[in-house]
Amino acid sequence: MKKLMKGNEAIAEAAVRGGCRAFFGYPITPQNEIPEYLSRRMPEVGGVFIQAESEVSAINMVYGAAGAGARAMTSSSSPGISLKQEGISYISGAELPCVIVNIVRAGPGLGGILPAQSDYFQSVKGGGHGDYHMLVFAPESVQEAVDLIYNAFDKADQYRSPVMILGDGMLGQIMEAVEIPPMKDPTTFPKKEWATDGTGVGEGRRIVNSLYIEPDVLEKVNQKLAATYAEMAANETAYEAYKTDDAEVVLTAYGTVARICKSAVNMLRAKGVKAGLLRPITLYPFPSDAIAKVAAEPQVKRFLTVELSMGQMVEDVRLAVNGAKPVDFYGRTGGCVMSPEDVMNVILEKEGK
Amino acid sequence: MATVFKKSKMLTDTKFHYCPGCTHGIAHRLVAEALEELGCEGKTIGIAPVGCSVFAYNYFNCDMQQVAHGRAPAAATGAKRVHPDKVVFAYQGDGDLASIGTAEIVHAAARGENITVIFINNAIYGMTGGQMAPTTLLGQKTTTSQYGRTVPLNGNPIKVCEMLSTLDGPSYIARCSLADPASVLKAKKAIIKGFKNQLEGKGFTLIELLSTCPTNMGLTPLAALDYVKNDMSKIFPLGVFKDIDAIK
Ligand SMILES: Cc1ncc(C[n+]2csc(CCOP(=O)(O)OP(=O)(O)O)c2C)c(N)n1
Ligand code: SF4
Repeated sequence: MKKLMKGNEAIAEAAVRGGCRAFFGYPITPQNEIPEYLSRRMPEVGGVFIQAESEVSAINMVYGAAGAGARAMTSSSSPGISLKQEGISYISGAELPCVIVNIVRAGPGLGGILPAQSDYFQSVKGGGHGDYHMLVFAPESVQEAVDLIYNAFDKADQYRSPVMILGDGMLGQIMEAVEIPPMKDPTTFPKKEWATDGTGVGEGRRIVNSLYIEPDVLEKVNQKLAATYAEMAANETAYEAYKTDDAEVVLTAYGTVARICKSAVNMLRAKGVKAGLLRPITLYPFPSDAIAKVAAEPQVKRFLTVELSMGQMVEDVRLAVNGAKPVDFYGRTGGCVMSPEDVMNVILEKEGK
Repeated sequence: MATVFKKSKMLTDTKFHYCPGCTHGIAHRLVAEALEELGCEGKTIGIAPVGCSVFAYNYFNCDMQQVAHGRAPAAATGAKRVHPDKVVFAYQGDGDLASIGTAEIVHAAARGENITVIFINNAIYGMTGGQMAPTTLLGQKTTTSQYGRTVPLNGNPIKVCEMLSTLDGPSYIARCSLADPASVLKAKKAIIKGFKNQLEGKGFTLIELLSTCPTNMGLTPLAALDYVKNDMSKIFPLGVFKDIDAIK
């Protein structure tokens, strides 16, 4: 049965259903409903909830809990995610599974509390130090956010890597009808032999660590991580192609902006412009091959990347298109959101209509 | 022949990398002996800091995590909350605990987090080559206080035990010294008390150990011990700063 739920609360409940039993966070708008909901919910399922003293501490609590074998999660919004970057780098280096939710707000600095997509670079290029990446999912709706976070803990365990859910203030605050999946049974989760659960002694003791002082050993660690990322690219790359089959103008957008673009596609089609949308669902790995394939279609004239930023994902789109077709950019920032008409007008102007 | 000394089971066979005369080794031995005597084999998670003891994960014979600089109390919190039946300890230097990690240690203590923190105060940054620590004494020369630490420039040394004992969370806070055999025996008793409180669920415990860094103090091992005895313990007086059992 579908239930009307606020994005943040639906994300929190789906995390619990997906097996999350440890949450560490610090208040910041517009994601506060996630910790608030979980402070009530975690005790009901025998889980751990702590409001940490800072985002730095919260992510390191995640490190400790995930290192000890728990399905652990933190959530925050842009300034807080910046503070977590050190911890995310360590978590990646130590190959710990966990889930990080970023309900993005406008920056830089304290910025504003309204929706933005200006943390794309930070999320997909490795916002902390070192050669690392993580799976980054960009849901466009509350239902998709629910479905993605529900399985995010499995993916994190599978790859022994952090997984990020990249939403924005719109997704966090909107209320939509959602189907919440059933509670996963924690006894069915794979055993983590590597986890420091305290029982290890002698040969059997476990070490969670990201320090490799020997250069050739550290290089091997980096190569191993790269192999994991290649595996992610092969198995996890996800996107939606919306009316791209005959499209002459292809929009690329992710998250809530993709929904705005879908409306724009339909309005354009009503005006006789064959528009389509390619929506990355995973921002890392990026669906470059799918974009390149569309770019190679003879009828495709141009791309327009639409973002709530000054142009971040557009760089990856351009890399994927690789000069085959022109790639234009249209963005709003600061918490300002474009309307479908705005997007339509940009295209109409480019088309000389 | 009678055995008069045996390495604790809670230490691995890996050789310590510490400099000659460094008291990190003594501190490791005391922690290991305390854990062994309390029957903590197979039920302990240790958290190693960033500092000279970064390799502590190679030495303690238990599950270990190596964490970011200063964040050991947060990681220990995460591990302890998901394994409340296990003994969790963090081992931290003065730069780690009293400088970059002040927020983490204060709040772990304030929450009364049921963990044990071993705090190595050697009044200097050992690993990075002898820079000024938050616990460096006034007048003490380090590579970043080359004319000696002064109040106008650097403020006064931070007294961690005194500060944390004002909080309601901790169950036991003590400062001991590793400068002579009698002090070492006392330090071991304090460490045992700390772990015992944790096993009894009494909440946060911290044992500060006044320690040497002969290499960066520019002193012989013996002179470094004298420095701890004669200079450091004047500014950092030894004693028990909080003991909820004593209040009762
Ligand atoms: C974020 C970060 N900043 C700085 C460092 C460099 N660093 C490594 S150890 C250390 C200080 C260690 O001193 P202390 O905690 O007193 O331990 P000791 O080496 O004396 O045992 C510093 C500043 C680091 N590793 N990470
Ligand atoms: S540098 Fe100092 S603290 Fe580090 S091992 Fe050597 S003596 Fe010990």
